[in-house]
Amino acid sequence: MAAPLTLLLIVAVTIRAVLFRSSLAELIPERVEVVSPLNAWKRVVEGLALLDLGVSPYAGDVFHETPLIIYFFHFVIDYAEIVFMMADALTAVALYLAVKDYNKTVFRKQKYALEAERYPLDCLELIRTPKEMYYIPLKVAMFYLLNPFTILSCVAKSTCGLNNAVIALFILCTVKGSSLMSAIFLALATYQSIYPLTLFAPALLYLLQRLYIPVNWQRSSFWLFTTQYTFMYLGSLCVMVCLSFFLLSSWDFLSSVYGFILSVPDLTPNIGLFWYFFAEMFEHFRLFFICVFQINVFFYTIPLSIKLKEHPIFLIFMQIAIISIFKSYPTVGDIALYMAFLPAWNHLYRFLRNIFLVSVVLLACSALFPVLWHLWIYAGSANSNFYYAITLLFNVAQILLVSDYFYAYLRREHHLTHGLYLKRKDGSEATLVLK
Amino acid sequence: YYPPLRPVRSRWLALASYSVMCYLAGVAWFMGLAFEPFTLRTYMSENAMGSTMVEERFPAGERALATGREFAAHKKKVGGMPVDWLVKTMQSRGLEVFTQSFTRKLPFPDENKERYMVRGTNVYGILRAPRAPRTEALVLSAPCSEGNNNNQAVGLLLGLAQYFRSQIHWAKDIIFLVNEHDLIGMQAWLEGYHHTNTTGGDWSPLQGRGGSIQAALSLELSSDVITSLDLVLEGLNGQLPNLDLANLFYAFCQKIGVLCTIQGKLQRNDWDTTSGYSHAAQTMMLMVLKQASGRPWGDHGLFLRYHIEAASIRGINSFRQYKTDTTTIGRLLEGMYRKLNNLLERLHQSYFFYLMPSLSRFVSIGYYMPAFGLLAVILLLRALDLWVQLGASPPGTEDGVAGGVQVSYGPSSPGVLSILTPVVISHMTGVALYTLPILSQEMAVQHFPVSETEAVVLTAIAIYTAGLALPHNTHRLLQGEGTEEGWRVLKLVALLYLAVLLGCTALINFSLGFILALSLVPIAAFITPHTPKALSAAIMVLLSPGCTLLYCVFVFQELQETPVSLQDGWMLFLSVISQGILDHALYGSLVYPLLALLIYPCWLLLWNILFWK
Repeated sequence: MAAPLTLLLIVAVTIRAVLFRSSLAELIPERVEVVSPLNAWKRVVEGLALLDLGVSPYAGDVFHETPLIIYFFHFVIDYAEIVFMMADALTAVALYLAVKDYNKTVFRKQKYALEAERYPLDCLELIRTPKEMYYIPLKVAMFYLLNPFTILSCVAKSTCGLNNAVIALFILCTVKGSSLMSAIFLALATYQSIYPLTLFAPALLYLLQRLYIPVNWQRSSFWLFTTQYTFMYLGSLCVMVCLSFFLLSSWDFLSSVYGFILSVPDLTPNIGLFWYFFAEMFEHFRLFFICVFQINVFFYTIPLSIKLKEHPIFLIFMQIAIISIFKSYPTVGDIALYMAFLPAWNHLYRFLRNIFLVSVVLLACSALFPVLWHLWIYAGSANSNFYYAITLLFNVAQILLVSDYFYAYLRREHHLTHGLYLKRKDGSEATLVLK
Repeated sequence: YYPPLRPVRSRWLALASYSVMCYLAGVAWFMGLAFEPFTLRTYMSENAMGSTMVEERFPAGERALATGREFAAHKKKVGGMPVDWLVKTMQSRGLEVFTQSFTRKLPFPDENKERYMVRGTNVYGILRAPRAPRTEALVLSAPCSEGNNNNQAVGLLLGLAQYFRSQIHWAKDIIFLVNEHDLIGMQAWLEGYHHTNTTGGDWSPLQGRGGSIQAALSLELSSDVITSLDLVLEGLNGQLPNLDLANLFYAFCQKIGVLCTIQGKLQRNDWDTTSGYSHAAQTMMLMVLKQASGRPWGDHGLFLRYHIEAASIRGINSFRQYKTDTTTIGRLLEGMYRKLNNLLERLHQSYFFYLMPSLSRFVSIGYYMPAFGLLAVILLLRALDLWVQLGASPPGTEDGVAGGVQVSYGPSSPGVLSILTPVVISHMTGVALYTLPILSQEMAVQHFPVSETEAVVLTAIAIYTAGLALPHNTHRLLQGEGTEEGWRVLKLVALLYLAVLLGCTALINFSLGFILALSLVPIAAFITPHTPKALSAAIMVLLSPGCTLLYCVFVFQELQETPVSLQDGWMLFLSVISQGILDHALYGSLVYPLLALLIYPCWLLLWNILFWK
């Protein structure tokens, strides 16, 4: 399996290298769909210039990345293109290994369940075979590396690629069961963009599951491990924040990075839901709705963790998707990360209800973004409503996609316990409804 | 719960009848747009130009004509643009005068206008606004053309400059521009003004500037008296100025009593008769054809790219009794500029997307889009049908529980390669069509007895035709047999691709999208490997983008009441292709790359399906 992966990496790197050298390399970083005020390369360069002049990089309200990123690029600025390509490759390899390991676990569990005859007899067609699972890791890597969204994001040198790499490493460490590394990478991801905080719950659930500790409030082992993991997480987060403070010897970055993410002062259009809403809003409602919008991102953690506590990896997928839909400055790079997981849920295909509609809408919207942007900004004949309408449609399609997968996952699990051919009490055929 | 799929035959019939109905409804809707009760009367939306009355007093028409004659004499003497004379004259009229020189080498000789190495000078004078902080400007331009054309326009421009100079109510700078080599000069001037260089021309920077340009008019007058004024709106890539500019022109024509036309057609009042309707339909179709061509139809066409509302006003002298003199045209322009001077913000109140069946009637985007929507919906219906078929075709998966639609691991199963190969090869042919004609002209000229222009056009046609051999080559690359499922997936891809492509095109340039949809949707809907090969192939070729262009040339000539013979039509077709390539190279028109890089490959995909083995 290493050979196809190597080939894939070579192809992916070649595409990126060619694009870096083409005339598109100047056009793509200007696209609002690809870069946000948080992760635009132009802003990183500006921050570096300020740093070199001995000024705080956060002076001037242009740069909003974290101090570690700017010190990282301080050393590798000359190799930026290679760094971004490597970040993508790293993400893909990490996802590849993680999904491979996860599939092994899934298959082992399925084997035990089959041996214990826990599945109803008519469910045999739902059982996953090694043959169909064999190529899934490769497909995951392919979905990430060859996704046009990832390629655009990489060519734009959006630091989103680095965040994705951190999250992918976090997933890998979690799946491998190394709680310390998992906590460190989770802390790093949180440090980068706050929102991955919600991945704490699935990671904890997965590690608990791996150690065969039941989620039980009365068990001391549960509390022991939870405390341990929380300490590792908070400790490393604390170390990173303090390190940032010592690097810059000021707390400026807290308000410039996290304040910027949470209070959404920059209303440049993007593919998210915030900009139009807050541009239109009366000032005195702003704080209230900011709270509502931001709580919205974190809120799903609780119900989803309860519902999916047996399936933490799927929960991670759901959380990443929710973050990338509802975060304050989303870019296509964020979407690419959760889309990479779609091949891992290949077996849910038969239960998906509107995948055709959703993929057509996503496709059409991706094509319409630049067209409507052109009409609005350059031709002046359309206006922001046109663009926002497409943004809205794009997000609705994403939400439909995610909820469709959620429904399909739950439904498959339901069938695995209750049998494939459900009957109502009176013997007629039943259908399942997601409530 | 889920009804079983209907038998294939009856489903096919139902779908076919829906498709035909949608298609006919779309065409009928479009034709209905020219019917007067379905259109709206134009009205001025911009308050700043509405209520304020302006008194036009321009007196000096005769003097303007004299200046025009003087200009003509100097033009003849110098054998081109009389730069020194213009500078002197403009200066004597109290303008700040600047010149800009430019050179441009065309990718290949333009045989229509007989130019290859273009060298010229733009002269412009700025009348500084006496009443306001000079942050905004208006432009009045007149081209300095070859021969005896447009001398009167330059004369009137200079006359107006002198007259405007004596007035005190100007709140915006007024820039009087005389551009040489029509659009090439205009392109140089606009790029110089805005510090951009999109098409790699070579021009000297502008020494003087006014404020940000709010509106521009380009004047073309070739006779001392005229019978009517024609308004030209269509700009680069089918962009149109705000409808208020047309309204303004119409309002002043009504006020002053000048006959005004659009597409060279007068407006008629007998909408309820057949001839009245067909007149409106012709006017609208002319607009659609011009817009679809994506080329600027007057010197104003390039302003639109910079978010500047602009139109060309063209004086027409025909055999009518009723004549209008230059003084009256001067008054009309004075009135229009006075109103534009009152603008507080850019023109934005009225429509940007419209079609005009006459100068006083318009159809807005909400009314014409359904015509396109009805055509596009056919593609989506077909795609949905294919999706359902793809899900239902593998035997033994009849399963009520999993929901009506079941797909066996979807598009990846028939082998990504068998889909990817035709897609990639079609696009490479498209790239060849886009790049090779210009690259290979030298070689073609060496080996064949043709001129450069002919070489470019004929190479393009040759590559276009060579693409027809594509299915054969694709199959050679593929080892295995194409499966039944394979072509369905390919067709699904082609349908969605076409739908997205046409949708985006129609948003930017409705006319182009609609015309392409008219010809491509039927073949996209009905093509399968099982239709009779020879007949389908003939129909496909007849409805291919190239042939559509040929028909458009004939229809356009027919509508303009200058029908051409087959021979002339063919020559015209060749020159249209060369003009399209030139427009792309010179001004950045997008029609040629769109057709070559996207539409043509898409058509090739459908062609591939027909010859699927």
